[in-house]
This record gives sequence, C-alpha cells and structure tokens, in this order.
Amino acid sequence: MDMLASLLPAGIAVHAPALIVVIPLIMAAVAALMPRGIFAWGVTLATAIAVAVLSLNILGQVSTGGVISYAMGGWLPPVGIELRVDMLNVPLLLLVGIVGLLCVIYALPSVADEIAKKQQALFYSAFLVCFAGLLGVTITGDAFNVFVFLEISSISTYTIIAMGAGKDRRALTASYNYLVLGTIGATFFVIGVGFLYMATGTLNIADMAAVLEQNGHDRVTQAAFAFIVVGLGLKAAMFPLHVWLPNAYAFAPNFVTAFLASTATKVAFYALIRFVFSVFHPEVSFVALSFTWLFAVVGVIAMIVASVQAVFQTDARRLLAYSSVAQVGYMMLGLGMGTAAGLSASMLHLMNHALMKGALFMALGAFALNFGVRRVKDLAGLGQTMPASSAAFTVASLSLVGVPLTVGFTSKWYLVTAALERGWWWAVAALMISSLLALAYVARLLSAIWMETPPAGKAGLAPARRLAPWMVLAPMSLLAFANIYFFFHAAPLVGLARAAANAVMGGN
Amino acid sequence: MLEIILERFNYIPIIILMMTGLYVVIATGNLVKRLVGLSLFQTSVFLLYITMGKVFGGQPPIIAGDAHGGDAGHGADAAAGYAAGHGAEAAAGHAAETAHHVAEIAYSNPLPHVLILTAIVVGVATLAVGLALVVRIREAYGTIEDDALNAADYSLETGSAE
Amino acid sequence: MWTPELSLALALAIPAIGGVAVALLGKYPNLREGATLVSAVLLALNVAYLVEIAPSHPVLELANLAPGLHLVFRLEPLGALFAAVASGLWIVNSLYSIGYMRGNGEKNQTRFYVCFCIAIGAAMGVALSGNLLTMFLFYEVLTLSTYPLVTHKGDANAKRGGKIYLSILLGTSIGLLLPAVIATHFLAGSTDFVAGGLLAVNEVTPAIAGVLLVLFAFGIGKAALMPVHPWLPNAMVAPTPVSALLHAVAVVKAGVFAMLKVGTYIFGPALIAAAPTSDALAWIAGISIVLSSVVAMTKDNLKARLAFSTVSQLSYVTLGVMLASPLAMLGGALQIVMHAWGKITLFMSAGAIYTATKKTEISQMAGLGRYMPWLFIAYTVGALSIIGLPPLGGTWPKLFLMQGAWESGHGLLIVALVVSSILNVAYLLPLSARGFFSAPEEAKLKKKPPMLVILPPVITAAGVLVLFFLIGPLRDYLAPVFLSSSLAAEAAL
Repeated sequence: MDMLASLLPAGIAVHAPALIVVIPLIMAAVAALMPRGIFAWGVTLATAIAVAVLSLNILGQVSTGGVISYAMGGWLPPVGIELRVDMLNVPLLLLVGIVGLLCVIYALPSVADEIAKKQQALFYSAFLVCFAGLLGVTITGDAFNVFVFLEISSISTYTIIAMGAGKDRRALTASYNYLVLGTIGATFFVIGVGFLYMATGTLNIADMAAVLEQNGHDRVTQAAFAFIVVGLGLKAAMFPLHVWLPNAYAFAPNFVTAFLASTATKVAFYALIRFVFSVFHPEVSFVALSFTWLFAVVGVIAMIVASVQAVFQTDARRLLAYSSVAQVGYMMLGLGMGTAAGLSASMLHLMNHALMKGALFMALGAFALNFGVRRVKDLAGLGQTMPASSAAFTVASLSLVGVPLTVGFTSKWYLVTAALERGWWWAVAALMISSLLALAYVARLLSAIWMETPPAGKAGLAPARRLAPWMVLAPMSLLAFANIYFFFHAAPLVGLARAAANAVMGGN
Repeated sequence: MLEIILERFNYIPIIILMMTGLYVVIATGNLVKRLVGLSLFQTSVFLLYITMGKVFGGQPPIIAGDAHGGDAGHGADAAAGYAAGHGAEAAAGHAAETAHHVAEIAYSNPLPHVLILTAIVVGVATLAVGLALVVRIREAYGTIEDDALNAADYSLETGSAE
Repeated sequence: MWTPELSLALALAIPAIGGVAVALLGKYPNLREGATLVSAVLLALNVAYLVEIAPSHPVLELANLAPGLHLVFRLEPLGALFAAVASGLWIVNSLYSIGYMRGNGEKNQTRFYVCFCIAIGAAMGVALSGNLLTMFLFYEVLTLSTYPLVTHKGDANAKRGGKIYLSILLGTSIGLLLPAVIATHFLAGSTDFVAGGLLAVNEVTPAIAGVLLVLFAFGIGKAALMPVHPWLPNAMVAPTPVSALLHAVAVVKAGVFAMLKVGTYIFGPALIAAAPTSDALAWIAGISIVLSSVVAMTKDNLKARLAFSTVSQLSYVTLGVMLASPLAMLGGALQIVMHAWGKITLFMSAGAIYTATKKTEISQMAGLGRYMPWLFIAYTVGALSIIGLPPLGGTWPKLFLMQGAWESGHGLLIVALVVSSILNVAYLLPLSARGFFSAPEEAKLKKKPPMLVILPPVITAAGVLVLFFLIGPLRDYLAPVFLSSSLAAEAAL
C-alpha cells in the first residue's frame, strides 16, 4: 500500500483526485483534434494508463492516510466543491480505471472494425468524456456535482451508443430511448437534490448529513429521498427502471458495451449507496423501511424476472444485457439487507460482476469481429474456430452461474451467508432459483459454442481457426484469468468490499 | 388554507409543467414532440430552483464597502436559502456566526441561479444530442413516428428482414 | 523426503499431469495409452501408501481463499478406501478402454482419455477432501469433466442425454447442495469434517438438521436417490468404458461417498437419528431400492437395465446413512467397495458383448455364452455378487444393512432389501441363462472380441470373489470411522 501511495511524486499525488477527472476531459479535446483514428486511440490509451496509475495511487493514499478531501480551486467545503475519497469509492475508482484501461486496449481492433474511419477520432473523444464523467461521479463529494458529472457521462454515452448504427441502425432508437429515460432520471435526481438543498441549505454531501442529523428528516427530505432513489435507480438499471438497458447494450459498438457493462451501472449503484448512507441516515424509519420493502423486493424481482427474460432472447448481447439487470438485482438485494455483511457482499459482487461481464462482452465482440456474430444461433461451432475466445467466454459464463473455481462462486457464497445472517430464507431461495435460471441461459450459449458444428464456409469447406487479434485476446484473457485468480486469492477483493461497507456503516 | 396556497403558489405551475412534460413524453408518438415534452419537464425543474431560491427584498449579492470576506457570502446564501424555503428556524445554526455581519442586509441567493444555469446547459446539450439522433433516425428509417419505428425494429428482431 | 503431504498432493497431481501428457501425446496412440496406464499405476501405488497412513489423518492445506474459506485435504479411512477403489479400477478400466475404443473405432480418443484423467483427479479430490467446500468444488469439477465423456458420440441422442445429465446434476448441486453447504458454514462457522458430526458438535437443533438433511439428500444428485435419478439412465448414451468406470464406480460412488461422509462427519449418527426427516428419507431410499428394481425388469436394453440396477444399489448406501445405526453405515461403506467391483464387471461385459456382436438388447443375446464363455461366467459372478449370494463380496453389505435396519427399529425395511434381492435375480440372471442355455440366433460371432475387452471383467469378477474373504481387514479398517469400541465387538463375526 505504501508502494502504491508513493507511486507518483508528491506534487502530483496531492492533486490526484482532481487530475483523475481533469486529464480525461482535456484529452477528450485533444483526441477530437486528431486527424486519424489511431492517433486518437493513442491519446485514449495514454489517458487510460494515466487514470489507472492515478487510481492506484489514490488507493495507496486512502489505505495509508484515511479519507482524502480535496478542495477544488482551493475553495474549502462546504462552500467550494469537494472531491472526497474514502474506502467506499476507492474500489469503484480502481474498477473504472483498470477495466477502462483493458477496454481501451481492446478498443483498437474492435473500433476499427465497427466505426467509420472519419468518425473514430470523435468517437474516442466522446468516450473520454464519458470516462471523465464516470470518474467524476465516483470521486465527487458534492451533490449537484454528481448531477453534472452524471449528465456528462450520460450525454456522451448516448452518443457512443448511437455510433453502433454503422452495424445496426437499431442503435439509434436504442440510444434515443435511453436519452429520454436517462434525462427523466437525471431530472428526477436533480429535483431531489433541489429538495435537499431546500432542507439543508448546502450541497456538500458530508455537510448535508450533519445538518440532517441535527434537524431531523422532514417531509421535504423524504420527498428528496424518493426522487433521488428513482433517479439513480434508473441509471443503475434497477427493476423496473431498467428498460433502456437491453437495447442499449445490444446495439452499441462492442467496445462500448464491454465498457458500460463493467462500469456505468456500478457507478450509479455506488452513487445510490453514497446518498442512502452518507446523506440520509439508515436508522431513520423511512430509509430503513425502503431497504426491506424497496431495494430487497425490487432486487429479488429483478433477479428472477430478468433471468427468465434472458432465457428467451435470440440476440446474444441482449441475453447478457438482461443477465446484467438480474445481477444488479443481486446487488440491490445485498443493499436491501441493511447490514454491513449485505453491503459488503453487494460490493464484492459489483467488482466480480465487472470482471465477468467485461470478459463476456469482450468475447462476444471478438466473435463479432471475426464472424459477424449477433444471434445466439450464430455462435454455433465457435468452440472449434475460435478456441481462445470461446475458452474465455466459457470461464466467464461459468462464473456467472457461480461454479466453484470462479469468482462468481465467491460472491454467491457471501451473498447467501449475508442473507442467512439476516434470517431471510426466502432470499436464499431466490438466489438459488436465479442461479439455476442463469444456468439455463448460459447452457444455451455454451451448447451453441461447443456442441454445434460451425456453418460451412463459402466453398463448403470446414472453416479454419481464426484467432482474434492479440489486442482483443490479451485483455479478454486477462479478465477471464482474473475470474479464476480472484477465486483463489479472494482476500484482496473481500477486504476491499468489507472496508467499503465499514466506511459507510461503521461510522453510523 | 388560502394563505398556504398563496405562499406556495409557485409550485402550481411547476407541477403543471412537470406533469405536462411527462405526459407529452409518454403520450406522443413523434420523436421531436417527445423531446419537446422533455424540455417542458426540465423547465419545470428550473422554475422549482429559481422560485425556491427567491429572497424577497434581496439585494444583488455584492458586498459593498468594507465588510469581511467569504464567510459573509456563505452566511447570506444559507440564510437566504432557508428563508425562502419552509421556515427560517432551521437556518439559525448555520447563519448564526455570520449573521451579525450581514444581518441588516438581505442578499439574493446566487447559488440556485448558478445551479440552474448549469442545468439549462445540460438540458440544451441533451436536446442537441437528441435532435441529432432524430435526424439520423430519419435518415436511417425514413420516419420519426414511434409506431413505424417499432414495426421496423420488431420485424428485424423476428428475423424476417434477414 | 516422502511426506504424507506430498502423497496427498500427488493424488491430485498424478492424474493432472497424466492428463496433460495424454493431451500432448495425442498424435501417438500407443504412447498416449501408455501415459494413461502409467498414470493409473502410479496413482494406485500412491493411494496404496495413503491407505496405509490414513489412520493418522494427515492434512494438506491446498489454498486459503478468503478468511474462513479454505480448501484442504484431510485423509481418513473412508476416503482412503474410496480412493483405493477408484484408482485400482482405473487401471482395469484403462485396459478395457483401450480394447473397447480401438475395437469399435471410436473417434476423439484423445479428448476421451484426457477427460478421464481429469475425472479421476476430481474423484481423488472428493475422496481426500477435508471440508464441504473442497468436496463441493471437486464434485462440480467431476460433473463438468464427465460431460464431454457422456456426450462423446456427439449425435443428437448423446447431446440430449448430456443435457439431462448436466441439468439434473448441476441443478441439484447449485440449487440444493450449495445452500446446504453455505448454511452449514453459517451455522457451524466452518465446513470441516469433524468426528461425531460438525453440526452435532455445534448443537444444531434437530429441526434445522432435518431440513439440511433433505437438502443434502437430494442435493447430492450423484447418489441418484429417486426422484433425482433420471440422469443416470440417460447417461447410458456414453461409450461403455465411461459407463463402467464413471457410473459404476467414480461418479455415482462419489455421490454416495459424499452422502456417507456428510452423514458421518457433518451430522453424526446421533443427529441423523434425532432429525425428524431421516425416517422419511430412509423410506424414500427403500422405495427407491424396490421401484428402480421393478423398472429395471422392464428394460430390454442391457445398459439401461444395469443403470436402474445401479440406482437401486446406490440407495442401499443412502438407506444406510438414514438408518443412522453404526452397522448400517458400515454396510453402506462396504457397499461402495463391493458394488463397484461387481457393477464394473457387469458393465464391461455389456461393452464386450457390444464390441463383439454390436448387440444392445438382451432379447438378441441368446446363446452368446457359447462363444464367450469366460465373459458370461464373469457376468454371472458379478450378478451373483449384486444379488448378494455368498461366497461373493456383495453378501456383506446386505447383511450389515439388514442388521442395522433391525437394530435401529426399521425392521420393515429388511423386507425391501429382501425383495430387492429377489428382483435382482429376476433381472440380472436371465442374461446368463439366455447366454448359456438358449440356442444362438446366428451361426457365428461377427468378430472375435479383443482380449483387452474380455480380460478386465474376468479380473474384476475374480476380485469380487476375493473381496468376500477380505471382510475382516475391511471391517477393521473402517471400524474407527463407524464403530465405537463398544460396538466393534458386536460386529465381529
């Protein structure tokens, strides 16, 4: 940890929280000016490396030094905007930084295949804006600032999703629907922040908590809670506000899906946790009620209904998108338990799910790159023609089911244990049913890949083996390997998750 | 009763605009009209913030003469914010320390306006992206009516077009 | 230099390295088969050493996953016995596989042998496991590694059978067994196997133990307790060497072994007896025994008949666990050994008949005993052992189970055992009778069966005979597990 803290010279390390947001924003402008796509990619790669290093450094700083509070522009909170890093958002920063880096490496061949040459520079620019926005949401300590960064990331997300129209025009309608729903969600969120400002007179999250503790939670605060939960819930794809997600993930460019599936909903979920625990007080009755009656219920419904919907999909990415909604349901259930064990199980699953879905969507992108695969039945025979990608896909999908030897087993274990501690036998049953449903749709995918014969080529010859380009194989294999590695060395991730839960629940 | 309504009459247009905007978003089949509804909805939020931040009899928030620095501004914000909201008693703790500086002068609260300018910009950007998408949808599908778009997409999904 | 820990690690390493070697030598069939045989022999030698040191309970920590979750091997006599059975029969079955695969010209033989190695390695893992988590892990690996073996033929039938196989086994293990394991961890703080029963030591109430018992009984799908048994007959689409080893020895034996281990070391006989559901489960086992025998009689396909016979025989072990008396559990453990040797004889005979004549239905097998006398004699010996007649090994499990049933007050279940024996005669012996005493339908055999297909069943048949006389050492070896010193004298004959 000390090594990480001293990764950067002290002069830069002090400003790391600001740099981690500012660098991608500035580089976005630089990338937009690049004449060729590959130069823009180079800028993006450099930015992603910088962000990853910064996030590691911040991890080191927080682990050794405690909470970091950075005053933007030197204006002290609660007047100025504060960037605040504690053990809750450090895992998110790491996640977005490192998975983002892997996705950017993956991007070069994938984007070259899917986006028109003259649009690539702008595409990378928009991606960097999205990247900056997500990092901003994670690191800020000011409520309105959350809205600003949320919208920064969302607007650029609408753009990069729509760029998938080169391959499938349905990306446009998917992006438009996401735009409408996302804007409604963000507006609800800002109404909530407005009510909070009305009630507390401040926009700083820590300050709000102090004022609310002093003054109690009145009607305005309750209304604020409702609006904020709905707004952030929509971004986090909480059932039933998830309807934008399947189409958005299915038709966006593969690189975008891989990145968003690993980061966007997770960041919104973090924001939800942050507001629920660090602004409102979980002991207050209406908040405590919402755990059991809102988050847990919604989580269980999502887990089962979305998994059932996934079983019946014909498009492979749409299937995994519904699976993502179900997995968000797991996290909501963990949140709804209202205990430190439940919250840490949620955080663990958040990180593990990013590893799983990242690998899965990268593999699907590799399939699309080589063979133009879209539907589940198009996956036939890929086990023979693309063995490395199929192996990564298999490992990640077994992880989704929760087979031991993979990291998905670990997060299931902790979720079930947390549910047992809470005494919620019905939640255990729901978790098991959902795992069996996951088995059903994973079996469909895997049997197509390994059990079917590949379709004959043009001349009726057996198709040859085609490896994906190494820039696609390397990050994908790394993520798939991480699924296994973190099963055997679960301690670091479990430790991070526990620290995150304790950061918000220990103090309260 | 009447005085409650008169005191909070600003919420009536806010709610009307909000609901109208949402209704338009849901009910219309035309993509451009949907964006119009979205803008209406967002406008209601602007009204919410601005009316909420109104300080009656407030002076422009520029400290004249020799009053001391930043604390005063913060005190004024907080005091104004509370005063225009639901009751001033809650503001007491925050404003107390700086109240004596600016107790005689009521400043308007600049913060909600700042927030709204930001939100307006966000709204404009969203509208721009949305309209750009509508243009591209028109190019790709030949229509911007929801029903026709669904029909086109749905037939693609069942594979009849492939 | 040669430590017990090394030996434990080798039990896993030898099949793993063997698998790698087989994969690399894929292009050279003779070398490849040699790799399998060498691995099998080395493993058997290693396990022989493990059998010797088992009473001292050596421990090997495999991995520390997270605080409170660790993978560990802990050797004890029951596990050592299962490992010995599996590794010993691996040698016999490897010889048989060579004969069968070459005799029938099967494709994808490299994949076959590699998956075999991995499956045996997983079986070793189950045998040596020191806690539920480790056992669950290797149990799942066993399911996944046997799937390519079950669907080996690759045709539509094989895929269908494989789908049922996987869905039932993974469904029960993820849906029932995993929550039971996690609940155990939650109630007891760990999942270690403890003498006297982990849950009993932690004073878990009989009511909760009853619920967990049901979850374990049906969650351990490999023990094929009705109604989770359909995977077993459906897995008969596999080539016979697969059916022989995995479904007569390793896969199903891993299931009932897990049942025994859970019964002995997680619950303990006292807690099982006190649990409200153990009676019901004992009756379900009894019904399973009789019902599957009845179904077996209706099957003309030899392998299907043997599959249902296996379901019946496996429920003997489950019955032993649920009766919770020391003698019954000892009987269950002995059943693992005796049934393995007996059933593998029967399956290998079925495969030999298929290799020689391409016939699968019993009604077509008239008079074949004249051409393959040694094979049919081996089959008859194996059948008699399953039926439970002395002087063959299968006598002892039945005897101890009947004694255990009487002792624990479930005298009525003795009827089930007796009825089952009678039905065994009815569905196993007709093949022998038909083979020796009916007139053959065709003049000659299609081809002479290779020696490697005839010899292994004969070896295992001889083994069944020898095992009858080994009861003394076997009982003494297992006594510390099941019999406390006061009862050991009673079990002495």
